[in-house]
Amino acid sequence: MSQQLLIRASPWIFTIVTALVWEAACRLFQIPPFFLPPPTAIAEAFVEFWGPIYRNSLYTLSTTLIGFGMAVGFGLALGLVVGWSRAIYAGLYPLMIGFNAVPKVAVVPILVLWFGIGFIPAVLTAFLISFFPIVVNVATGLATIEPELEDVLKALGASKLDIMRKVGIPRTLPYFFGSLKVAITLAFVGSVISESTASNYGIGNLMLQAQARFEVPLIFAGLVALAVEGIAMYGLMAILENRMTGWAQRSGFAQN
Amino acid sequence: MSAFVALDGVSHSYGAVGGSAEGTLAVDGLTISVEAGEFVAVVGPSGCGKSTLMKLATGLQFPFKGAVRIAGNVIRSPVKIAGMAFQAPTLLPWRTTLDNLLLPLEIVEPHRSEMRRRKPEYIERARKLLASVGLGGLGGKYPWELSGGMQQRTSLCRALIHEPQLLMLDEPFAALDAFTREELWCVIRDLHAARKITVILVTHDLREAVFLADRVFVMSSRPGRIIAERPIELPRPRELDVTFTPAFSDIVQELRGHIVRARQG
Repeated sequence: MSQQLLIRASPWIFTIVTALVWEAACRLFQIPPFFLPPPTAIAEAFVEFWGPIYRNSLYTLSTTLIGFGMAVGFGLALGLVVGWSRAIYAGLYPLMIGFNAVPKVAVVPILVLWFGIGFIPAVLTAFLISFFPIVVNVATGLATIEPELEDVLKALGASKLDIMRKVGIPRTLPYFFGSLKVAITLAFVGSVISESTASNYGIGNLMLQAQARFEVPLIFAGLVALAVEGIAMYGLMAILENRMTGWAQRSGFAQN
Repeated sequence: MSAFVALDGVSHSYGAVGGSAEGTLAVDGLTISVEAGEFVAVVGPSGCGKSTLMKLATGLQFPFKGAVRIAGNVIRSPVKIAGMAFQAPTLLPWRTTLDNLLLPLEIVEPHRSEMRRRKPEYIERARKLLASVGLGGLGGKYPWELSGGMQQRTSLCRALIHEPQLLMLDEPFAALDAFTREELWCVIRDLHAARKITVILVTHDLREAVFLADRVFVMSSRPGRIIAERPIELPRPRELDVTFTPAFSDIVQELRGHIVRARQG
């Protein structure tokens, strides 16, 4: 098998081998399915509960993506503001770190108090948990403009806005798109946290109900559905990153 | 002829609020004047404030004492007429070589407002400039597809595309190998001869300074001031062969003596 083909096939091979080991371990050690269901039992649950899994996955995907979209807009704007001025940077940074340190599961009850259970708290939790990495990355991109390049432009009479437009924003894009990959997976964490404590819909809620009825394979089916959605969205962000900032990824370091 | 760039008893420090004498003095009582169209080199021991001189002369920083004048006017903001090139080429990796060259034209007036209308003309100008430094046909390449020497040539072109009156070079050849460096000396020599622009070159390479400059200034160690001024009378145009003549070596030796004393003092 050629090197190229091996690299393309290796994600599938690793996934299949993991499932096989899991299945074999469950059978070999006779682990009861209500403790750890084997992949075949999870697959059965998928077939049996396809309708609810599908509907709730779409619901979770929608809350996640709306929250993520808000995080992208807000994170980008705040990142540009924070990167613009050192005073704002110094002033906002401790606040943001403090905010990020607060576990978002602790914020959900407050959101429920304000907005009731359901859609809005899930969207907002996804938003709150995922905007931080975007802000930090955008601000870092702006803060690391080469001083010499800044001098070259200033000696031409460039304003701060000029430097931002011609250099700051383009050079920040790789940081920005890189942060989207982190943010989208965090957004799933946020929406599922909210759904599993304060919603009647979504994968989080589905898993909570399955737990109450002791349908352990269905809980795992919910986890797998989330994982698949997470991978798909991560992949989408990676493609976007490649398309938009191919110039920044010319290193051969990780390619062989 | 009156001085085009003049620093008169200039002192500048870092670290103190408002740049007073309390911070670390970078230059102290620095006086230097450069005629229009002249090629001046500034040499000195490392850390002597050569780069500070660059920033003061272009209005990127302001002295707490003394005055910096360009064409007779005291400068209070970045000068807008200068082209700059540094040791690092600082090209934008997301732009092609040609688009990197167009960057100054997108910022400097009057080109900025005429960019849309005169773009084909500007692209032609950039192509010609690239060809003149031996980079013809490479405008479509990205900077990271070029060698270090080619990137530095591009950086020089970027400093010249808007036809500045003043070209500031801060050790632009320091990171290059000896052969490429000497090639670029000739590129700069020809550009200066063809365009009659004023050039201030900061370097620690004495041969480079003597080969290129009309006058060489020697700076003391920090806080920097001028301790020697040496006109270079070698006839122009100068070929690289001149660097092997006794007259050339004598001047280099003489300047080296100044630097040695500067390092001890």
